Amino acid sequence: MSENGMIGKARRGTAKKRDSADRTQLQTILIRFTRHRPAMVSLVLLGLIVLFAFVGPFFWVWDHTVYKEIPSNLPPGGDHPLGSSAAGNDVLAQLMRGAQQTLKVAFTVSLVSTVVGSLWGATAGYYGGRVDALMMRVVDIFLIVPLLVAAAAIAGSAGAGASWSAIALIIAIFSWATIARVVRGVVLSLREQEFVEAARASGASAPWIIVRHLLPNAAGPIIVAATLLVAVAILAEAGMSFLGLGIQLPDISLGQMIGSARTAVTTRPWLFYPPGVLLVLICLTINFIGDGLRDALDPRQTRVRR
Amino acid sequence: MTTEYMNEEHATAETGDDVVLEVSDLSVTFPSDDGPLPAVREVSYVLRRGEALGIVGESGSGKSVTSMAIMGLLPRNARVEGSARVLGQEVIGLDDKAISQVRGKKIAMIFQDPLTSLNPVYTIGYQIAEAVLAHRKVSKQDAMKRALELLEIVGIPSPEQRLRQYPHELSGGMRQRVVIAIAMANEPDVIIADEPTTALDVTVQAQVLDALQRARRETGAALVLITHDLGVVAGQVDRVGVMYAGRIVEMGPVEEVFYRPRMPYALGLLGSLPRLDGDRSDRLTPILGSPPSLRDLPPGCGFAPRCPMARERCHQEEPRLLLTNGDTGREPSEAGAPTVHTAACHFSDELVGVGAADLFRPGEERPETTEGEPEPKNPVEPDVLLSATDLVKHFPIRSKGILRRKVGEVQAVSGISLDLREKETLALVGESGCGKSTTARLLLNLIRLTSGEVTYMGRPLQGLSDRRMRPLRKDLQLVFQDPFASLDPRMTVSDIIAEPMRIHGDGHRDARRRVKELLELVGLDPEHGSRYPHEFSGGQRQRIGVARALSLNPRVLVLDEPVSALDVSIQAGVINLLEDLQDELGLSYLFVSHDLSVVKHIADRVAVMYLGKMVETATTEQLFSAPAHPYTQALISAIPLPDPIKERTRERIMVTGDIPSPANPPSGCRFRTRCPKFANELSDVERTKCVEEPPELLDRGAGHRDACHYSEVVELI
Amino acid sequence: MLVYTMRRVLGAIPVLVLASILTFVMIDVSGDPLADIRMQQPPPTEEVIQQAEARLYLDRSMPERYWLWMTGIGGNGDIGLLQGEFGPSTQGPQYEIGPAIAERLWTTLRLVGAAMVFALGLAIITGVISALRQYSKLDYTLTFVGFLALAMPTFWLAGIMQAAGVKFNQLVGEQVFATIGDGRFRAQGEPLGDQLVNAFAHMALPTLVLMLISFASWSRYQRTSMLEVMNSDYVRLARAKGLRNHVVIRRHALRTALIPLTTVVAISVAGVIDGAILTETVFQWRGLGDFFITAVDNNDSYALMGWLLLSGIIVIVANLVADLLYAVLDPRIRYE
Repeated sequence: MSENGMIGKARRGTAKKRDSADRTQLQTILIRFTRHRPAMVSLVLLGLIVLFAFVGPFFWVWDHTVYKEIPSNLPPGGDHPLGSSAAGNDVLAQLMRGAQQTLKVAFTVSLVSTVVGSLWGATAGYYGGRVDALMMRVVDIFLIVPLLVAAAAIAGSAGAGASWSAIALIIAIFSWATIARVVRGVVLSLREQEFVEAARASGASAPWIIVRHLLPNAAGPIIVAATLLVAVAILAEAGMSFLGLGIQLPDISLGQMIGSARTAVTTRPWLFYPPGVLLVLICLTINFIGDGLRDALDPRQTRVRR
Repeated sequence: MTTEYMNEEHATAETGDDVVLEVSDLSVTFPSDDGPLPAVREVSYVLRRGEALGIVGESGSGKSVTSMAIMGLLPRNARVEGSARVLGQEVIGLDDKAISQVRGKKIAMIFQDPLTSLNPVYTIGYQIAEAVLAHRKVSKQDAMKRALELLEIVGIPSPEQRLRQYPHELSGGMRQRVVIAIAMANEPDVIIADEPTTALDVTVQAQVLDALQRARRETGAALVLITHDLGVVAGQVDRVGVMYAGRIVEMGPVEEVFYRPRMPYALGLLGSLPRLDGDRSDRLTPILGSPPSLRDLPPGCGFAPRCPMARERCHQEEPRLLLTNGDTGREPSEAGAPTVHTAACHFSDELVGVGAADLFRPGEERPETTEGEPEPKNPVEPDVLLSATDLVKHFPIRSKGILRRKVGEVQAVSGISLDLREKETLALVGESGCGKSTTARLLLNLIRLTSGEVTYMGRPLQGLSDRRMRPLRKDLQLVFQDPFASLDPRMTVSDIIAEPMRIHGDGHRDARRRVKELLELVGLDPEHGSRYPHEFSGGQRQRIGVARALSLNPRVLVLDEPVSALDVSIQAGVINLLEDLQDELGLSYLFVSHDLSVVKHIADRVAVMYLGKMVETATTEQLFSAPAHPYTQALISAIPLPDPIKERTRERIMVTGDIPSPANPPSGCRFRTRCPKFANELSDVERTKCVEEPPELLDRGAGHRDACHYSEVVELI
Repeated sequence: MLVYTMRRVLGAIPVLVLASILTFVMIDVSGDPLADIRMQQPPPTEEVIQQAEARLYLDRSMPERYWLWMTGIGGNGDIGLLQGEFGPSTQGPQYEIGPAIAERLWTTLRLVGAAMVFALGLAIITGVISALRQYSKLDYTLTFVGFLALAMPTFWLAGIMQAAGVKFNQLVGEQVFATIGDGRFRAQGEPLGDQLVNAFAHMALPTLVLMLISFASWSRYQRTSMLEVMNSDYVRLARAKGLRNHVVIRRHALRTALIPLTTVVAISVAGVIDGAILTETVFQWRGLGDFFITAVDNNDSYALMGWLLLSGIIVIVANLVADLLYAVLDPRIRYE
C-alpha cells in the first residue's frame, strides 16, 4: 500500500469501492475455483498429504532408516501401523519420508521448468520469425526424447542418483520444453492483441510490454501448466527410482519403495500398496487442482454448468 | 421443454393455408451460474407465403435465438416455451427424426459467418449434394447435378470447377452463396437468414443480397431476415419487427415502421443512424445508456430506463404489443394481418409526428455544438501536421520451414500520399484488405516502411529509433476498433488510462487527477476508475480507449474503425463524443473506416483506397455529391439506405467478383477486374490502357482527385 | 502432396541431427564408461585402462568422437551410424550393440503398437461419449477414470495387473495369462494356433497396462475437440440441412474432431515408450527396457546413445506420419 495514513483515512470511501472492484476479478477466479468441487476436495487432501510428509516425521517415533529393534516383515498393526520391511524399516516412516522426497523433487522440477520454460517461450513468442523458429526447434528436440528414459540414462551414468536435487534438475532438463511451448503459444496470440499495440503506440518498450502486459495475461495458462507438470514430475521420479536410477538407499522415495516391493505384491502387500496409493493420490489431487485452476483462470473455458 | 401436443390436422385446419410460419408466445431461457437468462420473451409473429419479414435489433436482443429455437438448434440446456408452427405443424419439441424432416425441407437457414459455416474437410459439391440427398431419394449423380444447378442460380462463376473445391479455396462472399444454395436445395417454404451479410464487405454484400433475392424468386420461399443493419432491412423486406431485450417491441410494414415509428426505441434507433442521405451538420441523436442485462430486467418496459418519455407506468407495467391506429383506440394485435402496425409502448400515440431529435435531444444540449460549421472556409489552408509521400509497405510471405525463405510478398500499401491538416478530419475508406489500417500504422511508425516518407510537422519519422520516436508519440495517438481487445483485461481503468503517462514518466499524483478529468471528459463516471474493463459495456470501453489516447494531450488521433464494433444506438454517442472532443481540444483526426455513412457524417475530406492504392480523394461534399471513380461510385451505391422508398428506387452501380489478393494484384488499374465501366462501357482500345497503364491520381479541379483513365462524375444520392 | 511429403521429410533431418548431438553430449559428459574397470580389484594396470580407452575411442576429443560415431571415418570398423555400426560396447568386444537392439526392437514395438491401437480406439470412444453426454453421470465417471489413469504410475499398475493375473490363473486353475517373459522363445516351431494363444497370454496384460496408461490424455483431448466441433457453425448447418443427429455426429463432427488427435498421439509416442520400458521391466520382457537397464548398469555409453537416438527416430517418424495423415485428413493443409 503506497497510500499513507491520512490519505487513506480521507479516501476510505473510495478505497472501499476500490476493494470491491479489485475483488471482482480475483473473486470470480476464486468463486469459480471453489465451485469446482473435485478441485476443492483435492486441495484439502493434498494439504493433508503435505502435512503428513513434512510435519508427520516430527511426531512419529521412527524415521525411515533401518532399526535393529524393528523385526523384519511385520504385517500392519501394533507399534507399526503399516508393518515393516525385510531390512527392518518402519513402513509408515518410510512413507512419510518417501512422500517428502517425492514432493520436493516434483515441486523443484515444476519451479525450475516453469522459470526456464516461461522465459524461453516468452522470448520466442515475443520476437517471432526466425528467432522463434530456431528456439522452438530446440524445444522439439527436448520433446522427442522420452523424458523418463533420458533422465534415467543421465542419472544412471552420472551416478547422481543419491541426491534429490540432482534428480530434480535432471528431470527439469527434459520437462521445461512443454512449458516453453505453452507460454510461446499464449504470448504469440497476446502479442497480436490490440492492447499490446496500444502500449506500443504510446511508446512502451519491449520489457515494459512483457512485464506489464504479456506476463500478467499469460499467468493463467502458466500456472495451470506448472501444476500439471508437478504430476508429470512425480511420475517421472517414481519411474526412475523404480528402475533403480533415481533416489538411492538409504534415502527413499515412493517409487523406490514400490520398486523394492515388486516381488512382494502377494506375499507382503503392505509394502507394495501404500506407497502406490499415496502416489496415485498425490497425482490425482494435483491433476484435479490443475483442472479446477484451468476452469477458473481460463475465460475461454468458461462454461455453463448444470 | 414444455410444449402442448398439437394434433396436426387440427393445426392445419386452424391456420389459413397461406401462412407458412406462425410463432406464438415463444420464450427461450438459458440457465446460467447467476440464475436463468430470459433471452427471448413471448415473441409472436406470422409469416405468409412468399413474404419477407425483417427482424432488427442490437446484439443481445434475442433476434438470433428466436430463429435458432424455431430450427431446434439451441443447446440442450435451453428451455423453450410457446409454439412455432411450420405449415401448421408444431416444430417446438419435436424429436430428432421428426425435426430433421422439417429442417432443410420446409424451413432452411443461412448463418452469419460464411467462413465457419461450411465443413472444411468436404468439397462444396459434397456439401450441397448432401442437403439434396437428405430429403430426396435421388442418385448421387443427380444430387451433384442439382448442386451444379444451384450454384448457377446463386451466381457462382465456373460452377463445375467449384463443385470439386474445398471451402477454404473460396472467398467469403462465394461461401455465403454456397450456403444460400444449400438453403434453397429442397425448395423450402421458409428461409431464415441470420445476419447473412454482416461479415462481408459492402460490395460483396450487395452481390449476396442479390443471390438471396434470386433464391427466393426461384423457390418462392418466405424470408425471415435477421439483421442489425436498418439499411439492409429497408431494401429487402415487406414487414419488419424490432426486437429489444428479448421482445418484439414494434412490428409493421416496413414503410410504416421507418417513416412513422410508434415505439421510442425504434424512433431512437433511426435517429442515431448516420445516413448517407443525411446532412453532415445534423447531429446524431444517441440513445443514452445501454440495453439492460437480461439477468435483471426492469419490471416494466425494458426500454424505460433509456426512454426520455418514460413515466411511472412505464417502470411498473410491461406494455403489450398493440395496434397503433390512433383513432380506433388501442387493441390487441390480431397476429399477422399484413398491413397491421403494432407497438409495445403505453404512450405510442404521443409519438405521432415526433422526430428522433425532438425526443432524444434534451433541451440542455450544449449550444456551441449546434452552431453549424465550426469555422467558415478560410482562404488560408491550415498547416499540414502529418504528411505521407509515396508510402509503400510490402509484407513478405515466408515459407513455413526453419529457413523462412521469402516466397512472395503482399503489397499491402503501394504508393499512398496524403496530408492531414490541423483540426481537420481526414477519412481513409475502403474494404477489407485495401491497406487502410496498414497505412494508419505506417503513419504512426508502428510498422516499418518499405519505402516512402512520413513527416510530422516537417520532421521525418521513418527510421527513427523507438527511443527517438517516443517523445513524438505524445502527439500521435491511436484508438482501436475492438473495444474488448484493446484494453488489457488485467488492469484497472485508471491504470489503463494512466499508462501512457507512466510510460512518459509523468508524476503519479498528477496522473490520478488527470485520469478523473479524462473520464469525465469522455462521459464516464470519474469514480469508476478502479473498475476493470469487463465491467463496462462496449461503448463505455471505447470511451475508455479514447480517454487513454487523450491522456498525453495529443494533436493527432488516428482512429482505426472506432465505431464499427459498436451497436447503432451506442455508436452515435461515441461519434458525437469524437466530434465534441475535436471542437474542444482542436484535434486532427485520421479516421479509418469501411463505413461510408459514418465517414460522410464525420469527415472533412475523404480518401478512398482500393488494393493498396488511393483511387479518389476529395472533400466530403465533393466525393458524395459527385463521385468520379467507378469504385467510389460502386461503394456508395452498395451502401443500403435506411429509407425503404429511396433504397428501392435508387440507381445502382454494381460490381462483380471479389477483391483480388494483394499478393498478386492485377496489372494496370487494380480495379479493372471488377470495374463496371471496364466491363460494360469501354471499347477494347480503351480497355488496353486500363490493363497496361496504372492510372495516376490526377486533380480534376478544386482538389478533387481520382485515379481513373476514364473517370466521369455521377450523382448517386 | 509429394512436395509436401518431401518437405516434411527434409525438415525432420535437422531435428534428428540436433537430437543426436544432444544425446551424444549428455551421455558423454554424464557417464564414465571405464568406471567399472577402474573399480576393479586389484586395480588394473595403466596399460589395461589405456587399451580400453583406445577400444572405446575415449582417447579422442568429444567433437572427434561425435564425428566418428556418426560417420565411422577413422574408426576400426565397429563404429559409425551411417555405416550401420553403433560403436563398441563396454560389455565386451563380442557384444554388438546393433544386433542387440534390433533383436529387442520388435518385442517392444509390438507392445507399443498394440497398446497404442487399443488406446486410440478406447480414447475415441470414451472421448466422444463424454462429449455427447457432457456433464452427465457417465461423463463424470469417464472423466474420473481418465484422471485416475493419468495419476497411475505405470509400474505400479503393472504390478497390480501381474498379481491379478496370477490370482486369475490360480482361480481358473489354468495358465491363461503368462505373467513373466515375452514368450518369444517358447513360441517358435509350434503350430500357429498355439503361437497365437501363447502370444495372447504374454501380450494381454502388458498391453492392457500400457493402453490404460496412454488412453486417458487422448480421451480428454478427443472430448474437448469433439465439444468444440459440436458447437461449430458447420455442425449447426449440417443439422439445419435436415441430417439426422447420428449422421451429423459421424460425418461432420467425428470426422473433423479426429484431425487434431493425430498430432497429439504422435507427440505422446515418447511417453508411451517410457511406459513400455517400465511395463516390460515388471513383466520381465527381454525388450528395449531390459537392454536399456543393462546398458546403464554397464556404463555402456554407445549403447545408450544408440538407444536414445533410436527412440528419437521412432518419435520423429511417428510425427512425420501424423503430419502426413493430417494433410490427408485436412484439405486446408494439403494444398498449402
